[in-house]
Amino acid sequence: MDLAGFTAMLQTISKAPKAAYGVFEVSKLRPACSILQSAGGRLIALWGSDERESLDAPCPFALHLAFALGPTLGLVWIAIPLEAPEYPSIHDIFPAASRMQRAAFDLSGLSAINSPDARKWLRHGAWPQEAFPLQKRFSGSFPIEADDYPFVTVEGDGVSEIPVGPVHAGTIEPGHFRFSVVGEKVLRLEERLGYTHKGIEKRFESLGMMDGARLAGRISGDSTVAYAWAYAMAIERATGTTPPQRALWLRALWLERERAMNHLGDLGAIANDAGFAFGLAQFSRLKEDLLRENFAMSGHRYLMDAVVPGGVAGDPGDRLVHVVDEAQRFEAELDELKAIYDDHAGLQDRFRGAGRLSPSLAARLGVVGLAARASGKAMDLRADFPSSPYDQLDLKIATAAEGDVAARVAVRFAEIQESLRLWRIIAQRIPSGSVLEPIPPDPPPALGVGWVEGWRGEVLIALALGNHGALARVHAHDPSWQNWPALEHAVLDNIVPDFPLINKSFNLSYSGHDL
Amino acid sequence: MENIVKKILKTGIKSEAAPFPDERLRVLRGRLSEAVLRRFGRALAIRHVDAGSCNACELEINAMHNPYYNLEGLGIHFVASPRHADLLLVTGPVSRHMELALKRTYEATPDPKLVVACGDCGVCGGIFGESYASLGRVANVIPVDVAVPGCPPSPNAIIQGILTALMPEAETQA
Ligand code: SF4
Repeated sequence: MDLAGFTAMLQTISKAPKAAYGVFEVSKLRPACSILQSAGGRLIALWGSDERESLDAPCPFALHLAFALGPTLGLVWIAIPLEAPEYPSIHDIFPAASRMQRAAFDLSGLSAINSPDARKWLRHGAWPQEAFPLQKRFSGSFPIEADDYPFVTVEGDGVSEIPVGPVHAGTIEPGHFRFSVVGEKVLRLEERLGYTHKGIEKRFESLGMMDGARLAGRISGDSTVAYAWAYAMAIERATGTTPPQRALWLRALWLERERAMNHLGDLGAIANDAGFAFGLAQFSRLKEDLLRENFAMSGHRYLMDAVVPGGVAGDPGDRLVHVVDEAQRFEAELDELKAIYDDHAGLQDRFRGAGRLSPSLAARLGVVGLAARASGKAMDLRADFPSSPYDQLDLKIATAAEGDVAARVAVRFAEIQESLRLWRIIAQRIPSGSVLEPIPPDPPPALGVGWVEGWRGEVLIALALGNHGALARVHAHDPSWQNWPALEHAVLDNIVPDFPLINKSFNLSYSGHDL
Repeated sequence: MENIVKKILKTGIKSEAAPFPDERLRVLRGRLSEAVLRRFGRALAIRHVDAGSCNACELEINAMHNPYYNLEGLGIHFVASPRHADLLLVTGPVSRHMELALKRTYEATPDPKLVVACGDCGVCGGIFGESYASLGRVANVIPVDVAVPGCPPSPNAIIQGILTALMPEAETQA
């Protein structure tokens, strides 16, 4: 099989953004991955499904993978029907697969054969090793067991271990970090995540198509618009619904406000972690102004439930005219604050060289989103695979080459500026008309996929509708899956006291990852 | 430095008035004596615990520190260890994977102590409910004094919940 042979097996499931789907035998899994890897493709997500209740399924289980491949193909979703719940590991072709494969075992019971790391990942002690929550026969709950997790130990003269978390000193999400250090220098960091696993994918299966949107918007609260849009896109694909143009433009406005909101918050918090409280006060004030205007326009400070399948929940109407003035004020304040940050020697000293992720390592790990762009990779779904209205907005991708905290700060500044430009264009050029196209209440079984560039990186929702629009399987993928392993590398040779700063410069999601 | 000072002067003072306590938010009654509450009321130390939230409740807890909400002026500050805390502010449904950490944090907090559950998830389990992975509301795991609904509750609503927990019951107005 070569690339042409591989693509011949695919059928297009969406034109914008481009997406294709194909079914392959398990013997073709590794050859297909190698072809995709050498063609410059990258792994977005990997997950499992239990097909024993689907009438026309050829096998009891299936493995699913989503890839991004060049501008011509876009998103490629491949399904591998499995007679037995096992498949050959692909960790050596795509290192990002490693944790996803472990999660696919914990949740769906599919084992990756020949994987060097078969430890549990999302499972701690809430269910036993022989039970798989996403299998259809799984029910009820189990007494909690202790989480005995074999961390990798580093031996050597003067090496000591510092375990941190799951509960941290500040107001952040829970996770465990185990540092091996000599003096203050970090030799190794091992992450243990999964503390906030709350059964999101299983929960979807008990909800209807419309209620599913509320849950999607709470997978990672800071990315509620990105997730709700990806979910809506997937439902619209699966049901053949076309949302009105005005709704798509409003979604883009909400997404760009979410991006600016998070970047503003991070620029303040990163500076604060470098000892510059002035930055936190200023940026948190701007962020609050943005949140209050969100509330005035949508009825929710974070725009939760503003995006719904078929369109958007409400139309801000005349209130949109304020967006132009608001953007102008933010632009002026941002320029002032950027000059202050740039001129502050102490701040720049802490930022430069800290937490460096080289472009080559970022590429190898399959790092995505903001962190990839700060390590020199010009990738952004809004420009690479634009759907309406991004195909009319001429997005400029922001990048920086150094891969350090300073680069992630610089990309945030540039992306806020670009978002503000988009706010303005959207407010001025948004088409008129309705904002909601009803979803058919009783659609036939179908697959759907949604893929959106959230502020942190690409968010994916892939779903299978069963009979009468039931959510048979919903998989949600957060960009943090790719980027958490990168943090383990970025802190090496830094000092432990710089960890909060470096961690904040990535600002990854625990909830979006833990599901 | 000059630019920083200019920006501070130009920004001015942004803080707004605090909300009033609301008796309807109270879950447990008659827990702590008036004298203890008055002592907390002068300087309250809060430890936040995310027991499994979606992280939007954290966004609002962080927003409480912005210049519009005069937290320090109310005598409220956040501390890094439960050993120094008077009040635990708990977000999320309690995931089963966080049950132990939450109970340990509660036990490590010295008596007398208060617990405020923040957000619909903490109040009733929210959209995640109870499942193989989620224990639902915070009160299913540790005693809760005040529960603040909202998804997420606004900074003002969270401050109101904290003030309600601090206020002797007779003095709050429903
Ligand atoms: S109450 Fe809402 S915002 Fe808070 S953790 Fe739950 S879902 Fe997230």
